[in-house]
Amino acid sequence: MMIRQETVSYLRFLRRSLHVATDGGWLFYAWMLVLTAVALVGANAWAVQVRDGMIRTNMTDHVSWGLYIANFTFCVGLAAGGVMMVIPAYLYHDHDMHEVVIVGEVLAIAAIIMSTLSVVVDLGRPDRFWHLIPGIGKFNWPMSMLTWDIIVLNGYLLINLHVVGYLLYTRFRGAEPNPKWYVPFVLLSIVWAISIHTVTAFLYCGLGGRPFWNTALLAPRFLASAFVSGPAFILLVLRVVRVGTELPMSPGPARLLVQIIRVAAVVNLLMLVSELFTLFYAGGAHLASARYLFFGDHGKYGLVTWIWTAIGLNVVGTILFFTPAALERGWTRVAACAMVIVGIWIEKGMGLIIPGFIPSTLHEVVEYAPSLTEWKVTAGIWALGLLLLTAMLKVTVAVFTNKLSALAEIPPVSSSS
Amino acid sequence: MSESRKFSLPILGEVDRRTAVKAGAATLGLAAWAAAIRPWFEWTAELNPDEVLQKHYRELTPEQLQVILNKLTDEARKQSGKPAVVKDHKPIPGVSFAYALNLSICIGCRKCAEACHVENNHDRPSHQSYIRVFEMQKGGIDFEKGNANYDHPVPAKDKYYMPVQCQQCENPPCVKACPIEATWQESDGIVVVDYNWCIGCRYCEAACPYHARRFNWEKPQIPANEINPNQSYLSNRVRPQGVMEKCTFCLHRTREGKLPACLEACPTGARVFGNVLDPDSEIRWVLENKRVFVLKEELGTKPRFYYFFDK
Ligand code: SF4
Ligand code: SF4
Repeated sequence: MMIRQETVSYLRFLRRSLHVATDGGWLFYAWMLVLTAVALVGANAWAVQVRDGMIRTNMTDHVSWGLYIANFTFCVGLAAGGVMMVIPAYLYHDHDMHEVVIVGEVLAIAAIIMSTLSVVVDLGRPDRFWHLIPGIGKFNWPMSMLTWDIIVLNGYLLINLHVVGYLLYTRFRGAEPNPKWYVPFVLLSIVWAISIHTVTAFLYCGLGGRPFWNTALLAPRFLASAFVSGPAFILLVLRVVRVGTELPMSPGPARLLVQIIRVAAVVNLLMLVSELFTLFYAGGAHLASARYLFFGDHGKYGLVTWIWTAIGLNVVGTILFFTPAALERGWTRVAACAMVIVGIWIEKGMGLIIPGFIPSTLHEVVEYAPSLTEWKVTAGIWALGLLLLTAMLKVTVAVFTNKLSALAEIPPVSSSS
Repeated sequence: MSESRKFSLPILGEVDRRTAVKAGAATLGLAAWAAAIRPWFEWTAELNPDEVLQKHYRELTPEQLQVILNKLTDEARKQSGKPAVVKDHKPIPGVSFAYALNLSICIGCRKCAEACHVENNHDRPSHQSYIRVFEMQKGGIDFEKGNANYDHPVPAKDKYYMPVQCQQCENPPCVKACPIEATWQESDGIVVVDYNWCIGCRYCEAACPYHARRFNWEKPQIPANEINPNQSYLSNRVRPQGVMEKCTFCLHRTREGKLPACLEACPTGARVFGNVLDPDSEIRWVLENKRVFVLKEELGTKPRFYYFFDK
């Protein structure tokens, strides 16, 4: 009897959530429509790529990973960084943070889904995806780092789905969440966040034949940049939520995020400088890729503009974060966030994955720039991720403003967007 | 939007105007999705359902494997118009292959690369081959000064030539990398790929330190009359789209006691191939009497492909 009631109530929660997630003002509808359109373009480009072959991309046997894996790397960082909100909230019992923590976890869910999609679109044979499923496929664990990555990413997704689902559903019923049911998972998700990014770094730095990736500094650099891009993205989301909804928000959590970014951004830049120094001062096998990346090689300069744009954005963004204005609400903070997000997207993608292949293992310099198909598919993945994020945030806000509640008899017809 | 009032989703219960509009939008959205991913279905329509569900090569019973070989043989005959056969060549017990190449007499003519192209049913438009020949600067073994795209009469002054293909590493990073064991090492040392199991993630290609793996970026194109009819499941059968492939030391020849195509094509006799476990073999003599070296020894991959100079 109890269970039956629970199920009914839970189904009602899902139904009402669907209602809330698809309801809003014209701005909301326009946003969702644009995202859907972009996602459709991406889906179509991917389907064509599956039919005609990966020849639709600009990847080659020399540069065999491109924009997709670049975007994958960034999204994993975003997912890990999303949970950085959680540390101060739970470790230091900062109560202001509790309400916004969930934003970080929602972001983590969307980011993990985006990173998974980025790998799926990179497969030459997506029809054989089931070969990866332990039990029915042939899972090369623990040998292959890729299998580790699949495990930690899926685990992370499940943990965050559980925490978010549990917190929202108990709020919906008007009950107090029972710490026993979520605090251990929250703590686990913090450790796990670090593991997903570390394992992803191992994916690259475990390859002895690729000296550019084969550096012990790779994993720490991954983490530092994740602690910048994740919180920066959350700051932007918080701003949209604050301006667009009635959810009251105190300025404290955002300030704390800026502090986190300040530290992480400086560490990130420091590690970049120390890596550059070792590279160019001591030389070595590492050097060829770095030289191509930063200055061009053999008359080829394909990545030079990318990396200097990234460095410029990261440096200016970091400086902006150190201005007093960054602690206040306003455009300085927004600009700083946007800059470091784009900067790190380039640095972790075009600036890290691609130069691992240039020059090739036999020192041939074959350049790469993403094809239109690759851009379309990647844009589609982002659109889908943002769609999910928007829908989940709508539900979250509705629950926290008591618009979506089992206690309210009549569901509100519309909420603002 | 007035027609959309007709739509209603049972799960939504409250069918007010807004809900109906939403349901209409959802229906339209689904239709748009179906249209967007139509190319996917054009592709799956051509797939063979048995092949989609096929088990890993090493888990097939002999009967199951025979059924697959028969089917592949039929396909190969249709495709080539010749009495082609797709066999399954198993490693011979007590055999461990190795290859050695005499850099003092290789003249860089690329006959080996060409022979590979023909023997292994490679894609014609891309001139694919498992062998790349590098023109190197005398005075060192520095690939940074090498060039694989030379286009002048050979041998050129002050240069020597270094053909590179899969080194059939004893400790192969590509095998370690593969998430689904689609590539593995056989008892005679040859590293193979199950083209019907590989998902095309290309992690092995990133892992290989010798640029030895090739991906089928599209369906290989070969004129019917040029198809080599003597094929093997793990080696030179015409590969499907979207999977990895690599040099197999021509296992469809060498496991029958023949020599690799690249060796037979070499006009200078720079190539030596054989079973290292046979004390009377030429390869054994070379390994014991020449100062041989391997590429990137520091990586610990233990190649079975050796290079040496006469002088
Ligand atoms: S050379 Fe490359 S493909 Fe061949 S066995 Fe070694 S790692 Fe694998
Ligand atoms: S491309 Fe194929 S063989 Fe290579 S790692 Fe991926 S699944 Fe394995």
